[in-house]
Amino acid sequence: MTDQLTGQAPGREVGRARTRKEDARLVTGQTTWTDNLTAPGLLHVAILRSPLAHARIERVDVRSALEREGVVGAFSGADLAEGLGSLPCAWQVTEDMVLPEHPALAVDEVRHVGDPVAVVVARDRYTAADALEDVLVDYEPLPPVLDLEAALADDAPLVHADKGTNRCYTWPLVSGDYAAARAAADVVVRRRHHQQRLIPNAMEPRASMAVPVPATGEYTLYSSTQIPHIVRVMMALTTGIPEQKLRVVAPDVGGGFGSKLQVYGEDAIALTLARRLGQPVKWTESRSESYQAQHHGRGQIQDVELAATRDGRLLGMKVDLLADMGAYLMIITPGTPLLGAFMYPGIYKMDAYDFHCTGVFTTRTPTDAYRGAGRPEATFAIERTMDELAAELGLDPLELRRRNWIRHEEFPFTTVAGLTYDSGDYAAATDRALALFGYDDLRAEQRARHENLDPVRLGIGISTYTEMCGLAPSRILGSLRYAAGGWEAAMIRMLPTGKVEVITGTSPHGQGHVTAWSQITADALGVPFEDVEVMHGDTRVAPQGMDTYGSRSLVIGGIAVHEAALKVVAKARKVAAHLLEASEDDLEFADGAFSVRGSPEARKTIQEVAFAVFAAHDLPEGMEPTLNAEHLLDPDNFSYPHGTHLCAVEVDTETGKVAIRSYVCVDDVGRVVNPMIVEGQVHGGVAQGIAQALYEEAVYDDAGNLVSGTMADYLVPAAPDLPDLVTDRTETPATSNPLGVKGVGEAGTIASTPAVVNAVMDALRPLGVRDIRMPCTPERVWRAVKEATAAASAAADAAGKEGPS
Amino acid sequence: MIPATFDYARPQSTDEAVRVLAEAGPEAKVLAGGQSLLPILRLRLSFPELLVDLGAVDALRGIRQDGAQLVIGAMTTHHEVVHDPLVRAHAGLLARAAATVADPAVRHRGTLGGSLAHADPAGDLPAVCLALDATMVVLGPQGFRTVPAAEFFVDYLQTALRPDELLTEIRIPAMDGWGFHYEKFQRVAQAWAVVGVAAAVRPAQDGRGIAEARIGLVNMGARPMRAHLTETALTGADGSEEAIGRAATLAAEGTHPPTDLSGSAEYREHLARVLTQRAVLAAAGTA
Ligand SMILES: Cc1cc2nc3c(=O)[nH]c(=O)nc-3n(C[C@H](O)[C@H](O)[C@H](O)COP(=O)(O)OP(=O)(O)OC[C@H]3O[C@@H](n4cnc5c(N)ncnc54)[C@H](O)[C@@H]3O)c2cc1C
Repeated sequence: MTDQLTGQAPGREVGRARTRKEDARLVTGQTTWTDNLTAPGLLHVAILRSPLAHARIERVDVRSALEREGVVGAFSGADLAEGLGSLPCAWQVTEDMVLPEHPALAVDEVRHVGDPVAVVVARDRYTAADALEDVLVDYEPLPPVLDLEAALADDAPLVHADKGTNRCYTWPLVSGDYAAARAAADVVVRRRHHQQRLIPNAMEPRASMAVPVPATGEYTLYSSTQIPHIVRVMMALTTGIPEQKLRVVAPDVGGGFGSKLQVYGEDAIALTLARRLGQPVKWTESRSESYQAQHHGRGQIQDVELAATRDGRLLGMKVDLLADMGAYLMIITPGTPLLGAFMYPGIYKMDAYDFHCTGVFTTRTPTDAYRGAGRPEATFAIERTMDELAAELGLDPLELRRRNWIRHEEFPFTTVAGLTYDSGDYAAATDRALALFGYDDLRAEQRARHENLDPVRLGIGISTYTEMCGLAPSRILGSLRYAAGGWEAAMIRMLPTGKVEVITGTSPHGQGHVTAWSQITADALGVPFEDVEVMHGDTRVAPQGMDTYGSRSLVIGGIAVHEAALKVVAKARKVAAHLLEASEDDLEFADGAFSVRGSPEARKTIQEVAFAVFAAHDLPEGMEPTLNAEHLLDPDNFSYPHGTHLCAVEVDTETGKVAIRSYVCVDDVGRVVNPMIVEGQVHGGVAQGIAQALYEEAVYDDAGNLVSGTMADYLVPAAPDLPDLVTDRTETPATSNPLGVKGVGEAGTIASTPAVVNAVMDALRPLGVRDIRMPCTPERVWRAVKEATAAASAAADAAGKEGPS
Repeated sequence: MIPATFDYARPQSTDEAVRVLAEAGPEAKVLAGGQSLLPILRLRLSFPELLVDLGAVDALRGIRQDGAQLVIGAMTTHHEVVHDPLVRAHAGLLARAAATVADPAVRHRGTLGGSLAHADPAGDLPAVCLALDATMVVLGPQGFRTVPAAEFFVDYLQTALRPDELLTEIRIPAMDGWGFHYEKFQRVAQAWAVVGVAAAVRPAQDGRGIAEARIGLVNMGARPMRAHLTETALTGADGSEEAIGRAATLAAEGTHPPTDLSGSAEYREHLARVLTQRAVLAAAGTA
């Protein structure tokens, strides 16, 4: 029997829709979220945060907090400053990038609402929360800095006065001669797109617990993080705790979406307090605290220009970005928009590309990576502007795409931005999506509604995306001035009983690595899926790793596991040959057993080999008695998943409400290890992309207050708000790794936002609507329709007056 | 988030509850389902010294018929209201609107009495009870008194209840034979209404015209309100789309809707007109 979903032969794990090993524990509550953990003598930390966007701190007085029963300590920024360094930014994107100091607790100035100013430590959480009200802070308000363009004016108030500018950097990427392309073009389309700020909203807010051993100076930091390994290095550098004395554990982590790809001040504060007090401390944030204090995503203004010939051939693209850094540079704040820099040309061929990004400081929560990190913004810009170009040229937007995309036979293809896409088949994915969508019927219905002046209009949106993920080849990261590498580590231990331990440097927080890595290992070693245990997320258990973000875990970490398993097999082969008194070359390895070619009864299972290695009675000369292997993998290239998403929306022009009528996504993520996990990633990703298109926005008022400060005002869509997704896949194997796999963690988010907004615009363009800002709220849609209708009737009146009567 | 410290009382009867409230003075607060009060406490927007939990007062639960009136205990949950056969038969509009409140978890804890006593103009049920001409039964140290819905909602989050009074029952005249519809406009399914319109229509004898209409508006001002001009225009109107549309253009007259992240006042006024037309058309259709 073959697996219905994949056509795979039985016995092969890769490709099977295995239910996840993780889930029984998670859904029955046998979990270890950081906030569930405790330690003898645990103290509780609460953090007082700035209520103002920008102010000088005149005085912090913690004395009356200290008098409250149950309070053990209370500290201002100045009190904690000693021995606590500036929080790190790992990405100096240009030589002259402005890098401000970033204390974990503000000392002289606060620069966004939510900037921490004091901490209280108490014997219980309730007392700590109450004692915050005892801390007195005198602020001298300073002007907020909120508008990206105004912030760059010469006389603008400054976020960091000592730096003399709000400009963080300007980063160029220029390829070909854009001026010549523009001069040669018949049509130039210029658009401004706003990428609103988003709040990542992982299900679990952050928590940190720091446990000291005062006698030895050792510390264990439990943190709700995606990056325990990076946190360990950075906390050693920031706090001065020697790296070998610091263990970092990411216990069960309830989602991240990039928001926990961060080195947060709260981790440093927890360690510092544990060191000062010699006792374990824990801090857990509330949802509204996390809205102000966890980094945000997006926050860009994009000026985009496409130059093309009359028959729709792209000649060049120009992109000018203003990127909101927020108040400080966190781990990859300045680099996040640049992760998109290479993706503005998308799947299209063109001769010239001119990209500049200027990072701007504002008095808002810092931005950093959020699901897709730079690539959703890039994909939105190109896919939205392609639709505008199609409208300008009077071409079907799909036809315009066909005329410009890279054809299957042209791979590997080096793009104008300098990336080499290894494989892809854009036509195949698009054809499949069209067949599932019923494109022609929807177009006919759209025309009919238009002709009947139906108040509910239909629109069709297209997004043919690719993205670069699998971060990243270390040499490329080096050339981009990123401080670290992009390798990943895996170790496999075959135990005496033939069971297997896999240690991975990736740090799953919902992705299902335990299941997927078990499938990869089971295939490579020929052992049962159930015999594999995957360990991660603790620097004592998994000493090396670069953690989980950028859709890197499978294509780097999973492949490292595969390679380590092959090393185990190679070593086992030597032992089996020795035991069978055969030559290694004469051995076949299948279904977990070595057999001598031609005499199948002469056979050793890998489990028998494992025990023989453990006994060590009779090993080949010089062989060490372990069946362990380690592999560190540094990829040669990025991973380039792609696909076609089609969205149909109904827009109620009377209320402005947009309803998604149908949504088809055909993704090509290469070979698939576990189709169910891929499906889940696509669903969640698409939901988050739709959220940006229609619902979510971090809104600040003129004083710099975050007014969308709770879930009542920051609208995260839930199941009833989302369409039934029709998902399918094409499989064009990656050529950059032996399993042919590509990343899938961010693809849905990257693809879906432009598909939805293109659909809204497609519905309303015939009414004269030119653009609607995200999120396309009912009021924005209603206003756009109202203004377009008024303009159209004014124009008709004017024409009536001028024309012959 | 963690609320500030408070004391807690769990009386077993309405009399005991009233006594505890009177003794504690204005710093005491009644706790019903907690779905509005607890978020306020957790955000530290309010600091009551005592919470008087009505959860153990069984007399405040349940739904019964009393002649031509439906009597709903204040502690009856939204979930119970949605599924109760009496409510469905005689006050279908209330069941329909209660089904749109938040999500199942909130509907299992939140109560009709709590919704009305909280008097959030964005809440669905105050405007519905106003449209249904409900009467509130209130118990205080001096005994029972009744307050018509039209006098109960005083201002933003303010009712005619005094600090030492309990809302015990909601009395709703049965509206058998009326058509009804609740039109809630929200941005996501679990959100509060941007604007909501509750419409009830009594058909004329001929079956085609409208004898009488009652329209409650959600989130169109500091308190729930009725669209009186539209109601008047509909009295004796024919049931045509044009007549209803014309009447609906008056729906926002005299309202003072808020401007917030979900919409401006101008947009809300527009919505009130569109949604009133839709609600009345639907209500007339079900008549
Ligand atoms: C996530 C969420 C979404 C929501 N969405 C909606 C929505 O879409 N539409 C909607 O209408 N509502 C919504 N609500 C509110 C919900 O309907 C609450 O149930 C209701 O507002 C309050 O009822 P309660 O029983 O929980 O009252 P509580 O929160 O316990 O009390 C509310 C107030 O009323 C007072 N009070 C309660 N009962 C009495 C009484 N018998 N006598 C005197 N005073 C009393 C309390 O002292 C308090 O001041 C939502 C709530 C949440 C948490």
